[in-house]
Amino acid sequence: MVISEAVRERIEAAKARFPQPRGALLAALHLVQEELGHIPPEAEREVADLFGLRPVEVHEVVSFYNMFHSESGGRHRVYVCTNLPCSLRGARTLLRHLESHLGIRCGQTTPDGRITLGHEECLGACAYAPMMRVDRTYHEDLDPERAVRILDELE
Amino acid sequence: MGQRVPHVTGYLTEHFADDAFGTLAGYRARGGYETARRVVTGMSPAEVIETVKASGLQGRGGAGFSTGLKWSFMPAETDRPKYLVCNADESEPGSFKDRILLERGPHQLIEGILIAAFATGAEKTFAYVRGEYAFPADCLERAVAEAREAGLLGERIFGTDFRHDIVVVRGAGAYICGEETGLLESLEGKKGQPRKKPPFPAQFGAFGMPTTVNNVETFCHVPHILARGPDWFRSIGTEKSPGHTLFGVSGHVVRPGLYELPLGTRLDEIIFEHAGGVPDGKKVKGVIPGGMSMPILPAGQLDVPMANEYLRERKTMLGTGGIIVMNEDTCMVRVACVVTYFFRDESCGQCTQCREGTGWMNRIVERIERGGGESEDLAVLLDVAGKMEGATICAFADAAAWPVQGLLRHFREDFEAHVRERKCPFPASFEL
Ligand SMILES: Cc1cc2nc3c(=O)[nH]c(=O)nc-3n(C[C@H](O)[C@H](O)[C@H](O)COP(=O)(O)O)c2cc1C
Ligand code: SF4
Ligand code: FES
Repeated sequence: MVISEAVRERIEAAKARFPQPRGALLAALHLVQEELGHIPPEAEREVADLFGLRPVEVHEVVSFYNMFHSESGGRHRVYVCTNLPCSLRGARTLLRHLESHLGIRCGQTTPDGRITLGHEECLGACAYAPMMRVDRTYHEDLDPERAVRILDELE
Repeated sequence: MGQRVPHVTGYLTEHFADDAFGTLAGYRARGGYETARRVVTGMSPAEVIETVKASGLQGRGGAGFSTGLKWSFMPAETDRPKYLVCNADESEPGSFKDRILLERGPHQLIEGILIAAFATGAEKTFAYVRGEYAFPADCLERAVAEAREAGLLGERIFGTDFRHDIVVVRGAGAYICGEETGLLESLEGKKGQPRKKPPFPAQFGAFGMPTTVNNVETFCHVPHILARGPDWFRSIGTEKSPGHTLFGVSGHVVRPGLYELPLGTRLDEIIFEHAGGVPDGKKVKGVIPGGMSMPILPAGQLDVPMANEYLRERKTMLGTGGIIVMNEDTCMVRVACVVTYFFRDESCGQCTQCREGTGWMNRIVERIERGGGESEDLAVLLDVAGKMEGATICAFADAAAWPVQGLLRHFREDFEAHVRERKCPFPASFEL
């Protein structure tokens, strides 16, 4: 079993908030990913059991949504928004700078397993551009130096 | 983070600088929930719907449909449970208003939801917040817990038979879940692929039950309309588009941010007077007036009042009110690259025209940007875009076609120059 008892209990509680238990599937996958860092096939099978679904049905959902990861990544996931408003204010220059600072390309993980770097579509911070999301947290009005400092402070 | 306050405020956002306004006590200190109390204890649901109809409030989620009319579609006599959905999926590039409404005024939203629930007879609201909005969702969840604790949600609200509860649901990263039936699918724990309509949500919505979907901002206007009356609301904005709205200004301006202004405020006034114009003494080249799905306007057409009846004359729309300003250095082919990449990435793939069309448009504009475009490419682009319009399960395909058509309508010369010179002739443009 890869999903802990504690998370199983929270999944059961989430089901009770919906008219049909399946409404809690996204919430369940968020909980599993929080615990494991990603959603491996074993976890998909266990979630499928909890919801009375076939594993392929869970897998379809996992692969549909950008925030669910089937593959493991770094301890932190960092995303630079590269949609138009951010790009107009230097987002891609910022992304290049972070790539060279970390020595990896967008989409890769640092060899020490600390950071996975990616880019994302508009995150609703367009006026505070450029910006990046580090796990749950937004960092806005960035310049390359400040962005590098934020990354350097990550464990 | 979380400290974002509009540069110009009005009835929606006037207290947003006050941190306490986000708490129940602070909201109540400003008279919060008094309107909901008066409505629930003193009005009939039909009267509430009539009031909202009379106000002329139009949905702020992009389509601009009459809110009162939408509420009236909910079956009045039915044994089935009825639901509301608060659409907080906000993913339209250039839009960030719903986020600020969640962060700075969650109780105003809850009060609007309560009034809407009373009017439509809904027993539950699902507030679907995009997954990336972790902090805004936390703010709403905290406020919902406070309201529940204080008896403003739950059973016997205001000592009456009225009951209601709000479930905060977190999405997981998919633009298409903002489309209301994609959202409903996602709410049910499925892939967020839009449904064929009819049936419409008022008959067959969340979990198969009668459902009304409204945008966050739409709900936030409701307590003010019920407090001050439809005539007051109609006295603001234009005759056809009443009320304030939140304009989000981004891109090449001195003061990017949120501006609460009457509908019908001129676009050039917003850009030059409120947002301070373009930095470094540069000129405007083009402006997207309503979020990335809406066609661009060239510099010569910024004297337009920001309301659909005027924007339509210029072949564009208000959308979500996200104003994206581009300076004179901007390469419009690069803009097309960013726009088409987004739609290609976010198409849910159900309809052939959309799945293939978005990919095709993206490949063509990227080739043009790299200098490998041919003069026939422009005709092909327009042909692909034209075939996507009105031919699919949801309006995403239209939203993907319109910006490309707009760019070619007003900036064809940029595309032709790339083809002619076999390279990008705008070295000072933003980096791709
Ligand atoms: C592709 C697409 C994306 C959409 N995204 C959103 C969104 O993020 N937020 C929103 O409120 N409405 C969005 N809408 C509009 C909704 O389908 C729906 O019209 C709206 O939530 C209704 O609320 P309103 O009447 O209060 O505006 C989107 C529509 C389409 C076609
Ligand atoms: S138009 Fe595009 S996004 Fe909408 S249902 Fe069809 S494929 Fe999906
Ligand atoms: S474009 Fe980057 S946050 Fe909107």
